[in-house]
Amino acid sequence: MADTAANGPVLAADGSPLKRSLGRALRRQKLRALALVAPLLIFVLITFIFPIASMLFRSVQNDIVSNTLPYTVQALANWDASTGDLPPEQVFEAMYFDMFLAAEAKRHTRLGTRLNYEQTGVSSLFRQSGRKLDDLGKDIEKPMNRLNAAWKDGETWYSIFDAGTDSADTQLLQVQRNRVAALTDGPASGDVNFAPSAAMAQALPTATRAYTAWAVYTATQDGKDPATTDPWEALPVALVHDLKTADLSGLNGPAVDLLTELQAANIEMPTFAGFFADMDEDWATATPWQTIQTHSGIYTSGYFLNAVDAQKTPEGIAWQPEDKQILLTLFVRTLIMSLAITGSCILLGYPIAWLLANLPMRQANVLLILVLLPFWTSLLVRTSAWKVMLQQQGVINDVLVWIGLVDDAERLIMINNQFGTIVAMTHILLPFMILPMYSVMQTIPPSYLRAAKSLGATNWTAFWRVYFPQSVPGIGAGSILVFILAIGYYITPEIVGGTKGVFISNRIAYHISSSLNWGLAAALGSILLAAVLILYWAYDRIVGIDNVKLG
Amino acid sequence: MADSATKQAFVEFERVQKSYDGETLVVKDLNLSLPQGEFLTMLGPSGSGKTTCLMMLAGFETATHGDIRLDGVSINNIPPHKRGIGMVFQNYALFPHMTVAENLSFPLEVRKMGKSEREEKIMRALGMVQMQDFAGRRPTQLSGGQQQRIALARALVFEPELVLMDEPLGALDKQLRETLQFEITRLAHDLGITTVYVTHDQTEALTMSDRVAVFDDGRIQQLAPPDKLYEEPQNSFVAQFIGENNTLDGVVKEINNGVALVQLDGGDIIDAKPINVSKPGERTRVSIRPERVEMNKDRLNPDAHTLKAEVLEFVYMGDIFRTRLRVAGVDDFIIKTRNAPDQARLKPGEQIEIGWMAEDCRALDA
Ligand SMILES: Nc1ncnc2c1ncn2[C@@H]1O[C@H](COP(=O)(O)OP(=O)(O)OP(=O)(O)O)[C@@H](O)[C@H]1O
Ligand SMILES: [Mg+2]
Repeated sequence: MADTAANGPVLAADGSPLKRSLGRALRRQKLRALALVAPLLIFVLITFIFPIASMLFRSVQNDIVSNTLPYTVQALANWDASTGDLPPEQVFEAMYFDMFLAAEAKRHTRLGTRLNYEQTGVSSLFRQSGRKLDDLGKDIEKPMNRLNAAWKDGETWYSIFDAGTDSADTQLLQVQRNRVAALTDGPASGDVNFAPSAAMAQALPTATRAYTAWAVYTATQDGKDPATTDPWEALPVALVHDLKTADLSGLNGPAVDLLTELQAANIEMPTFAGFFADMDEDWATATPWQTIQTHSGIYTSGYFLNAVDAQKTPEGIAWQPEDKQILLTLFVRTLIMSLAITGSCILLGYPIAWLLANLPMRQANVLLILVLLPFWTSLLVRTSAWKVMLQQQGVINDVLVWIGLVDDAERLIMINNQFGTIVAMTHILLPFMILPMYSVMQTIPPSYLRAAKSLGATNWTAFWRVYFPQSVPGIGAGSILVFILAIGYYITPEIVGGTKGVFISNRIAYHISSSLNWGLAAALGSILLAAVLILYWAYDRIVGIDNVKLG
Repeated sequence: MADSATKQAFVEFERVQKSYDGETLVVKDLNLSLPQGEFLTMLGPSGSGKTTCLMMLAGFETATHGDIRLDGVSINNIPPHKRGIGMVFQNYALFPHMTVAENLSFPLEVRKMGKSEREEKIMRALGMVQMQDFAGRRPTQLSGGQQQRIALARALVFEPELVLMDEPLGALDKQLRETLQFEITRLAHDLGITTVYVTHDQTEALTMSDRVAVFDDGRIQQLAPPDKLYEEPQNSFVAQFIGENNTLDGVVKEINNGVALVQLDGGDIIDAKPINVSKPGERTRVSIRPERVEMNKDRLNPDAHTLKAEVLEFVYMGDIFRTRLRVAGVDDFIIKTRNAPDQARLKPGEQIEIGWMAEDCRALDA
C-alpha cells in the first residue's frame, strides 16, 4: 500500500490526482481571465481582424470569372492558348449562352472590368457585345415564328421542356440554381414551377440547359412564372442549334411534331465563332480568350503581380517596362521616405526627450504639454498649416525673400514634393518618437552620468558611452512606432505630397475609392503589411524586441 | 594617528559656502583640511549638507563662496573628469549595459590605456575585492554586496589618490555592512588612499575613521578622532549625536580648580567639568555617558556630590545591564553596568544613590 502511494501520482486532499486538480484550478482562472478580455476581444475581432482578413482575402479572390462564365471556363480548359489559334466552336457556343445569361443579369460588365485590369479593352468588348447578343436570336426567331406561330407563345416552350408527369432531371435544375446564385451573388431558391424533362435534356442538351437557366432566373430573380412568360432570344438559338444534330426519334408527346417540323425547316444560322467575329473583330483573335483562360482560376496571383508591376500572361509572368513601374517605385519611395521621417524624428526628438527627462518637474510639464499640443489640433489643420508655411508664396519663402537669401524669382519649392511630405510628417509624428524616448530616459538616473564623469569621462564620452546606450530602447520603441505609422500614412502625403511625395497608401486609397480595383488595393495592402512584419522581424533579430520599452 | 598640523594638507576647504536657491545656506563656512592618506568620515543628520560637500569636492556642484584645494591647487574651475577623484555612489551607479569587467575598464579606456595594461589592472582591482570570478556578469546579476564591491573596485581601479564615498553601505544588511566596513578601511590603508566617507551610521563612523567630522546645520560641529569625539564632545549636539548620553539642565554655581558646581533645575548640586562654560550664572547642559555613572559610593571621591534616583526599569542585555532611572525630575536617565558576579540587579521602585567623577561629566552649552 505504502509503496503504491509513494510511486503513484500525488493526490490532492479530495483524493483526485494533484495534477488534475491543479489543471482544473488553472483552467478556471484562465476562463475568468478570458471572460474579462472577451468584450474587447470580440470587439477587436469584429471591427478589426475580421474586416482586415476579408479585405486581404480579396487580393487573391477571383471567382467572378468562373461564376460568370462557368461553361466557357470549362470549355476553355483544354484549349492550348500558346498556339495562338482561336479556341474551338464549343467555346464560342458556351460563351454565347454564358454571356447571354450574364447580360440579362447585368453582370457581364463587372467581369469586363475585372478582366480589363489584366488586358485593356476587354471591358468595352464585353459591354458592346452584351448589347448585340440579342441580334442572333432575333434573326432566328423570325423564320421560326413564320413557320409556326406557336413558337411565339411561352407556353409552347414550357410544354416542350417541362417534365410534367415524366421523369425530371433534378440534377440539371440544381446545377442551374447554383449557377444563377453564383452569378447574382444571391440565393436562387424557392419554387420555380418547372422541372426539366430528362428526355429533352438527353435529346436537346443545350436548349434544355438554357431553358432551365432561364426558368430559374425568371422565377427566382424576376418573380415571374416561366409557364406563362415568353423566353429570351437565346432559346431559339439554342433550339435551332441543337436540332441541327438532334435525334428526335426517342421522343413522344405533343411537342414532337413541332420539333420535327422545326428540324425539317433547317433554319439557317451562322456558327457561334462567326457570330462573335461579326459582333467585334477582337473576338476573332486569341487575346480575349487567353485573358479569360489565364484568369479563370478561383484564386489568382494576378493582383499581387499587378501590385509589383508585373502581369500574369499565358507565357508566365511579364514585367512592365521600366518606365511604367509605378508601384514598385512607390513602394521603394514609401520605404525610403518613412526611414527619412523616422531618422529626422530621432534627430529632432532626442534632445527634446532629454530635456523633458532632465528639466525640473514644472518646466518639464510645460514642455510636455507643448509636445502634446499638436494632438489637440486636427491633423488636417496641421497639414494645411504646413501648406501655408511652405508654399511658394508662403511664410517661409516670404521671409527668405525679405531677408534677401532667396531671389523673388527663384522662390524655393518646398511643397507638393518629397521635402514637403517629410517636413509635415516629421512634425506630425514627432510626439510618437518623443514620448517613448522620454519615458525611457526618465528611468536613467543622473548618477550614471556623474559616475562616468568622476571616472574621467568627458561630457561627450559620458553621454555616448553611458547615457546613449541606455536610451536606445526608447529610440527603438519610438522608431518602430513612427516608422509603422509613417509607412501607412495617407492624409498628409495626399495634401502636401503632390505627385512626387505620395505614398503607397495614396495608391491604395485611389484603388479603393476611385478605380474600385479592390483586389489590387488589397494586394498592395498585404504587401505593405508583409513589409512591416519583415522589418519588425529583422528589427527583432538585430536589436531584440525585448530591448524596446514604451514606458 | 593623524596630526593634521604636521602633515601638509591634501584636501582643503576654506570658508566654503553653498546655497542652492540663493536664500538659504546649505553649507555655512566650512573649513576642513585633511592630510594625504587620512580616512575622514562626515557624519551628521539628514539634510546637514554632507552630500553637498562631497559633490562640491567631486565637481558636480560649485561652491557659492570659498575655495576648495586639492594638493594645494584650487579646483573650483577644474571640470569633474579632470579631478581624478574616485567616487562610490550611494546607489552604486554601475553601468547596467556593461559587464563588470567593462565597468572597470571604462575609466581606464577614457585614459587611453592599452588593452593588456587594462586587463591587468582590472584583475588586480577585482582581486582586491575578491570578485575575480564575476568579471563577465552584468551588474543586475549581482547581489547588493557584490555590486558594492564592484563599485568600490571601479572607483579604485584607476588608482586615484582621493576617493569619495557617499553612504556606500546604506542599503546593505548589518552583517554585510560590517564585513565591507572592514574591507574598505583595509583597502584604504593598504593603498594609502585619502578617503572622504559619508555616513548616517555613527558606529560606522567611529569604527572606520581616522577622524570624524560631525555635521549639523551646514557646519562642522566637531572634527576629531573617534575616541575624542566620544569621550570629549565639544558641544551638546555632538554629545547627543554620538552614542548614548544623559543630559541634565542647570545653572553654573561656581568654577574652581577645573571643576564646576552646577545647580540643576530641580535644586540638586552636581560636579562637572566646564567645557563651554566660563563663569558662574551661565545656563548649561551637563552630559554624562551611561557607563560612567557610579552606584557604588566607595568608588567615588569622598566629597563628590550624589543624586537620589528611583529605578524605573531594568533591562538584561547579556553583557551589560541597562537601567532606567528617574533622576532630578528626568525620567530617561540611563545607566549601564557590567554583568559582573557582584553586580546587583536592581528592581523597579528601588531607591538608590548615584554619582560620578567630575571629569566624566561635561558642562556644555545649554
Ligand atoms: N539640488 C538641490 N537643489 C536644492 N536644494 C538641495 C539640492 N540638493 C540638496 N539640497 C538641499 O540641501 C540640503 C543639504 O542636502 P544634502 O544632500 O547635502 O544633505 P545630506 O547631509 O547628504 O543628507 P542625507 O544624509 O539625507 O543624504 C538639504 O536641505 C537639501 O534639501
Ligand atoms: Mg546625502
